[in-house]
Amino acid sequence: MTSWELLSFGDLGWGDEIASGVLITITLALATLPFGLLIGFFVALAKQSQEWSLRTAADIYTTIFRGLPELLTLFLVYFGMQIAIQKIIVILDLDISFEFNSFVAGMIALGLVFSSYASEVFLSAFRAIPLGQYEGGFALGVRKSVVMRLIIFPQLVRIALPGLANLWMLLLKDTALVSAIGLADIVRQTGIAARVTKHAFLFYGVSFLLFFVLALLSSIVISRIEAFSEKGDAR
Amino acid sequence: MLFWTAAGIGLIWFLFTSWDPEKFDKYGIKYWTGLQTTLTLVAVSIALGAIISLPIAFGRLSKNKIIGALSFSYVYIFRGTPLLVQVFLIYYGLGTFRAELDALGIWIFFRDAWNCAILAFTLNTAAYQAEILRGAIQSVPKGQWEGADSLGIPRWKTFQKIILPQALIVALRPYGNEIILMVKGSAIVALVTVFDLMGETRRAYSRTFDFQMYIWAAVFYFVIVEVLRNIWNGLELRLTRHLKR
Repeated sequence: MTSWELLSFGDLGWGDEIASGVLITITLALATLPFGLLIGFFVALAKQSQEWSLRTAADIYTTIFRGLPELLTLFLVYFGMQIAIQKIIVILDLDISFEFNSFVAGMIALGLVFSSYASEVFLSAFRAIPLGQYEGGFALGVRKSVVMRLIIFPQLVRIALPGLANLWMLLLKDTALVSAIGLADIVRQTGIAARVTKHAFLFYGVSFLLFFVLALLSSIVISRIEAFSEKGDAR
Repeated sequence: MLFWTAAGIGLIWFLFTSWDPEKFDKYGIKYWTGLQTTLTLVAVSIALGAIISLPIAFGRLSKNKIIGALSFSYVYIFRGTPLLVQVFLIYYGLGTFRAELDALGIWIFFRDAWNCAILAFTLNTAAYQAEILRGAIQSVPKGQWEGADSLGIPRWKTFQKIILPQALIVALRPYGNEIILMVKGSAIVALVTVFDLMGETRRAYSRTFDFQMYIWAAVFYFVIVEVLRNIWNGLELRLTRHLKR
């Protein structure tokens, strides 16, 4: 068979299998993003709280999840949760069998890693906003939550955007690791195709190109968003 | 904080109660060799990558459009795709060309997962290091070049004695981050049958189904990264002490 037949959609080719892998990869990255951002934001808030214990706790969180290899975090979550849930089932004496979803495990693990990096980005963005912005808001009698939402947050997003864009690229690349816990993403699907057809270079080359195209598309979208966010920036 | 204290105590208690001298005898030494494999892999590929990154960084700085475009695409391609896929492409993918590689007599090199991992890691880190170096060289103000020019100092000497020392201070922190990233990234070679720290951990886990195997790996990786980070902080403090006011 020629390369085109191998990559075609339908019964003979692997095109549809690989396309479903692309879908999984994109879904996983997009599903992780909001959680990672949200947790990262709250960890950043905790890092600059007045409360000593909260600060330390947030610092420990980032130190741990930035220090561990992403692959190891993934295995820890995947196997650890499986064992934990099994134990809970035994303790509660439930009569159910439970299969831990590798998509959820991937989401949790990538979310932990993403949020710990994101918290650092948010933290430095917070520090880049002058104190006068808060004080000005308070002087006008604006409530604290409103100052946060309408004055600080819009500026924060703009400052944090380049850093977050970098993290998105990292996240996209890290999704390749979930193939190791059996999720049918790009790497796994092309890997299966490579093993079955013995055209290893072709299929791994395809996954290489697919990731490259995803990165290319992301950088186009990101530069659009950045242009949008800078619209209000007076020069 | 309460959560982390509880988690820390729980972790120590878990490791303490599941301590098994028999497993320690059997797998302790494996972890040690795995650790050495990981560190060797990182050290070799960082060093080789540093050499390869030099021409790429100069290519990025070059005024020649073709050279600039070539080195830019190298950097963009290797930074835009996952390291895991690069390793797979080299280790499994090049197997397709076995006959051709055999004819060239270099199949022996590509047959070994260890060599392929080193090659992939070197090419990957070279792209990142080239960007670090380029950024650092460009961060040195233009006036430094012009000042040296007006004193009649040759360009190469200017670069060597004036630009590079200033650039390397800027590059220090990113280099440290890159080493840490490589230590963490090296865990993926376990997926191409190299028995580094992660590989030994997976093997031990698949034989014992004992979760503490992964916990121990986490502890080791954490210690390596923290030690590196602190060494680097100390190094930076010492090398930039003339810049402190």
